[in-house]
Amino acid sequence: MKIKKMQDLNKLKKSGEQQLFPSGIKITVGLATCGIARGADKVHDAFKKELQKQKVKATVVPVGCSGWCSREPIVNIIIPRMPKITLGDVSEDDIPGIVRNLKNRHIPESKILYRTDAEENIADGRVRKYASASQAATSGKIPAYGTLPLFKKQKKIALRNCGLINPADIQEYVARGGFKAAYSAVTGMKPEKIITEVQRSGLRGRGGAGFPVGKKWEMARQAEGKKKYIICNADEGDPGAYMDRSILEGDPFSVLEGMIIAAFSIGASEGYIYVRGEYPLAVKQVTKAILQAKRSGLLGRNMFGTDFSFNVNVEKGAGAFVCGEETALIASIEGYSGEPVPRPPYPVEKGLWGLPTCINNVETLANIPVVLSRGGTWFSRIGTGKSKGTKIFSLVGAVERVGLVEVPMGISLKEIVYDIGGGIAGGRKLKAVQTGGPSGGCIPKRLADISVDYESLTKAGSIMGSGGMIVMDDRTCMVDVAKYFMSFLKDESCGKCLPCREGTQAVFEILDRITRGRGRTKDIEQLKDVCEAMSQASMCALGKTAANPVLSTLRYFGKEYDEHIKKRRCSAGVCSALIRFSINADKCIGCEACRKACPCEAVSGKPRKMHKISVKKCIKCRACYEVCPVKAVEIR
Amino acid sequence: MDEGTKTIIDKLIKKHKPGENAVVSIFQDVQEQQGYLSEDAIRYVSEKLEIPVSRAFSVATFYSAFSLTPLGRNRVHVCLGTACHIKGADNIAGRISRQLKIKPGETTGDRKFSLHKVRCLGCCALAPVVKVNDDTYAGVSQDQVVSVLEKYR
Repeated sequence: MKIKKMQDLNKLKKSGEQQLFPSGIKITVGLATCGIARGADKVHDAFKKELQKQKVKATVVPVGCSGWCSREPIVNIIIPRMPKITLGDVSEDDIPGIVRNLKNRHIPESKILYRTDAEENIADGRVRKYASASQAATSGKIPAYGTLPLFKKQKKIALRNCGLINPADIQEYVARGGFKAAYSAVTGMKPEKIITEVQRSGLRGRGGAGFPVGKKWEMARQAEGKKKYIICNADEGDPGAYMDRSILEGDPFSVLEGMIIAAFSIGASEGYIYVRGEYPLAVKQVTKAILQAKRSGLLGRNMFGTDFSFNVNVEKGAGAFVCGEETALIASIEGYSGEPVPRPPYPVEKGLWGLPTCINNVETLANIPVVLSRGGTWFSRIGTGKSKGTKIFSLVGAVERVGLVEVPMGISLKEIVYDIGGGIAGGRKLKAVQTGGPSGGCIPKRLADISVDYESLTKAGSIMGSGGMIVMDDRTCMVDVAKYFMSFLKDESCGKCLPCREGTQAVFEILDRITRGRGRTKDIEQLKDVCEAMSQASMCALGKTAANPVLSTLRYFGKEYDEHIKKRRCSAGVCSALIRFSINADKCIGCEACRKACPCEAVSGKPRKMHKISVKKCIKCRACYEVCPVKAVEIR
Repeated sequence: MDEGTKTIIDKLIKKHKPGENAVVSIFQDVQEQQGYLSEDAIRYVSEKLEIPVSRAFSVATFYSAFSLTPLGRNRVHVCLGTACHIKGADNIAGRISRQLKIKPGETTGDRKFSLHKVRCLGCCALAPVVKVNDDTYAGVSQDQVVSVLEKYR
């Protein structure tokens, strides 16, 4: 069926709602990349097999990632008139038992994470109930979704459907209010009006730089060209960030809808989604979504019975970080090496094949339908003065609850790490939080009260970036972190302009020297000099921001650099040239774990007798340190 | 170049919309089907798309997804994203290197394995992560990684 009128959309919505709130039992399994890595695909198949074997009637549906990545595989069980129950750490072996209990509408408690009594649909603000209040009360022992610390302070706009709907079923997206905004925009709004609404929302680009989206659209609208393009930048290259992958895998239609609205507003007739090649599942889901949208008339010629036509193509990246830079991305689509060109002219004036091109990031576009359906003013009430709305962060590293979180801007870093993330894992101490990937910096513990918004993070020497948030504890060496990013950047620098090509290499060599205990006092000055030259003279953002990880660690952790240079010491115990492994005689129980784990026979000792590490043979791979059950292996 | 390879490339060129910009997509397909881009294949594609050989080589050598030498039957990718890095990915890579006796970017003599470093697979919550072909291994230790490799021998 081709969607022409509102009634058509409503019909699709109805059948989608029947799938989301079915009359029978429904089981959903989170099948995004991280879920699959933990065996969720096997759990999904096991459910299908077991339901058939035990003759229990229920549907099994794949969904995207719900964000609680450390508890994958995650399974939801929806039994009519009962709260939705979410289970975590589900394994294949659990399935027969779960299915057996399903016959009596019972769910065993051991794996339950939380229950959901009702769900707010952020696209229209309406709440839909799974269970009545009295039924919810009977499940009182199980924590409710909104009361869990992980979710309490979150507000999901861009992630509104991830983990809730089947990403490969357009009806379920429509049931969650999808395509209503695109319909209203294309059939009833003037492009200028849409752009004003987006401007009013204060939405800024979520890919890193934070350029106001409405302003970019206005520039693209005003630019002249025989054809215009809209590109969705899904080349999510920042190590430590995976929100774009999650959206594309879990809710690809939201991005398509955002693109339709953007295309209509600026007058584009063709779009591209440039997805990282390292994300095969995202490529698959987005390709499927485009096909379905085309079949439903939600892409293609004369959409919604108007004269507006729009098509979207998928381009798969071939493994180059620099292609996240917009001019390099364009070069890559055009079939060249991904080398940036100087701006201006900006792509909005002269982009793909020399024509006006508007490039927006995945998360930005996923926000658009909600901005339009709830209104710019509604959106602008969330966040701070200049940073509106929410931002998704991948909260990873040394934190207790790792996962993907979406929070209103202006929340403090401390709240994210401690309240949402549950603090530092293993009872260790927070040292720093890295944001903004290789263009960002490390924020030290003493600044943990900082408000998370574009301006505050920049002031602290980091950036918002695309949303990687890597929490580091006292076992992380900050010089090593700086070296890590520089090693990344020197490999990924395209080599076109000298300051970046030679600068990243020179900085890497100095940092490498320092971590090997061969640093010199004047190295710090030299680091600063080269960093300044890179920032000033590089052509694109890769080189211009490459110094940030070094400068921010120098600013906050200068003592660590001094320690490495003057004392030849790495107190975090990371830089292998500066550390020694030994076994504490008082703690060693002679269990032989370290001897067996050592790959180079550096550990000697008899069972139940104290073990020793030969300094000569030791390659400092940490294998012994990792396996020792009593923490007798010490690093000095 | 043998006729079989030619036919494969002809088919791939036909599949993509004709145009010089298809070079990246065609190389991706050739890489996937043949395991590498041979010099002959690069020259043939440049001829067919009517683009200079120099441009085809520039594309083939610029992107890390392309290899100019045949890869091993099993491709081991060690994620070196930030989260993996602070959880000891370098040591995991080192262990694999010693086990297979190859450096990252190399292939074992028997062509069973090739080892690659990858800049973030986007499974940061499961760090450190190793991917062998299409299978992702989450939270691997140095010991585990050795037994993982054994599965593919």
